[in-house]
Amino acid sequence: MKYLILIYTNQIGWEGLSDAQRADFGRGHLALSEELAESAELIVSEGLADPALATCVSVREGRTLTTDGPFAEVKEHLAGFYLIECESLDRAIAHAARVPDAAYGQVEVRPILDMSGWEF
Amino acid sequence: MNTSPRIEATLRELAPQVLSLLVRRYGDFDTGEDAVQEALLAAAVQWPTDGVPDNPKGWLLTVAYRRRTELWRSDTARRRRENFAAALAPPDPEPIPAVDDTLTLLLLCCHPSLSAVSQVALTLRAVGGLTTAEIARAFLVPEATVGQRVSRAKQRIRASGAEFRMPDHADRWERIAAVLHVLYLIFNEGYTASSGSALHRVELTTEAIRLTRQLRDRLPDDGEVAGLLALMLLTDARRPARTRPDGGLIPLAEQDRRLWDASAIAEGVGLITETLATAPIGAYQLQAAIAAVHDEAADSQDTDWKQILGLYELLNVIAPGPMVTLNRIVAVAMVHGPRAGLEQLGAAAADPALAGHHRVDAVRAHLLDLAGNHQAARAAYELAARRTLSVPEQRYLESRAAQLAPPTPG
Repeated sequence: MKYLILIYTNQIGWEGLSDAQRADFGRGHLALSEELAESAELIVSEGLADPALATCVSVREGRTLTTDGPFAEVKEHLAGFYLIECESLDRAIAHAARVPDAAYGQVEVRPILDMSGWEF
Repeated sequence: MNTSPRIEATLRELAPQVLSLLVRRYGDFDTGEDAVQEALLAAAVQWPTDGVPDNPKGWLLTVAYRRRTELWRSDTARRRRENFAAALAPPDPEPIPAVDDTLTLLLLCCHPSLSAVSQVALTLRAVGGLTTAEIARAFLVPEATVGQRVSRAKQRIRASGAEFRMPDHADRWERIAAVLHVLYLIFNEGYTASSGSALHRVELTTEAIRLTRQLRDRLPDDGEVAGLLALMLLTDARRPARTRPDGGLIPLAEQDRRLWDASAIAEGVGLITETLATAPIGAYQLQAAIAAVHDEAADSQDTDWKQILGLYELLNVIAPGPMVTLNRIVAVAMVHGPRAGLEQLGAAAADPALAGHHRVDAVRAHLLDLAGNHQAARAAYELAARRTLSVPEQRYLESRAAQLAPPTPG
């Protein structure tokens, strides 16, 4: 089963951290990525640039319209993700709990839709 | 790659044989497996232009042997010192021993110390002769992930101290059951994917059938091996009829049965009929028998549900599981009416293994529909559509819900 671990964070929480805490934070991500790669469960993981750099895209009547920045000022924003494949939801949750952000913000686990089907 | 289907078939057939010979000689599965992969790639490049050598197996063995020696030389100094002499001993050019270790190889690849995904990846590479890239495409994961699964699996095998030999008689059935499970997973992965990268995934069903045939050649008297092969043939026979051009799923009852593969059905029915009469009963045989009953009905109205119910009752005894429970309930409804099915479904849904599972809602919707309670059926279809993780199922369940929409007033 594939799962996406979505990391939500807020800037204020991050600013309140000491240098040592920030270093632990980075090491935590590095260690988790390495372990997930070693156990062959990691598909891809990335951190996202600041939401101020987001471009919103919409197509109306064939024309592409873009606006800068996120739609609304929200406290929590998507800061990064891990796409993993593992045997069960419980295991995905255990991995998500090790994402350093889980201690400060909110980490969400979502199953990925697939193309399977059953005989009915 | 422009390898012709004939060369491809030869390579894939020889891959496990060459690997077995290498492992038998040097006892090192890990390096041997890498070396054979590289020999296969070399052959895939050279044979189409230079022609297939007179002794293809000898050619592959020589190239794999050389490559293995190079891999050894680049390996750690410790291992080089310890095995220097052995690594330099050339292989017997002729004759190649007639021993067939394909089964031993399969058992090693499906070693109990490995996770299911690793067993699948290693089996497809070492026994199936597929490349890492091909496996990655088939399972929709990056090549690096498959490479990692294979190398990790090989490390685990080494760490577990597993040897390249037939397991003791006591463990043997359990180990063969693990192989059957892996082959079943490979088949299902190919069969349940109904669109998207369908082209590549169809090859997985073909590959699973090919490997199961190989296994049956080695274990002709094993009822469950025959049962699994029959199950695959009888299921795969319906493939041409089960998807719409847009990739949507067509349920069994609505399939155009003229599109079913008659020769695969004949082979599967023959196989399961013979096996049921001679071998001790097993779960794969029962599932194959159920598939055979479906496949033998010229029209869904002609389906012998009484027989299917009887087979599910048996399956529920020897291999109970949540999906067997649900399928048995559908059969109960077809024999004794939807109310009887709904009653049993109410009790079954309390099982933690089924609680909140979208298939409970899908079956409930189907039975409510049959019972004429269209409004409740629609709600259950909608709930199932929200809970499924499968795109084609979601589309199918949504369309069933839409068909039951109340007529718009005016």
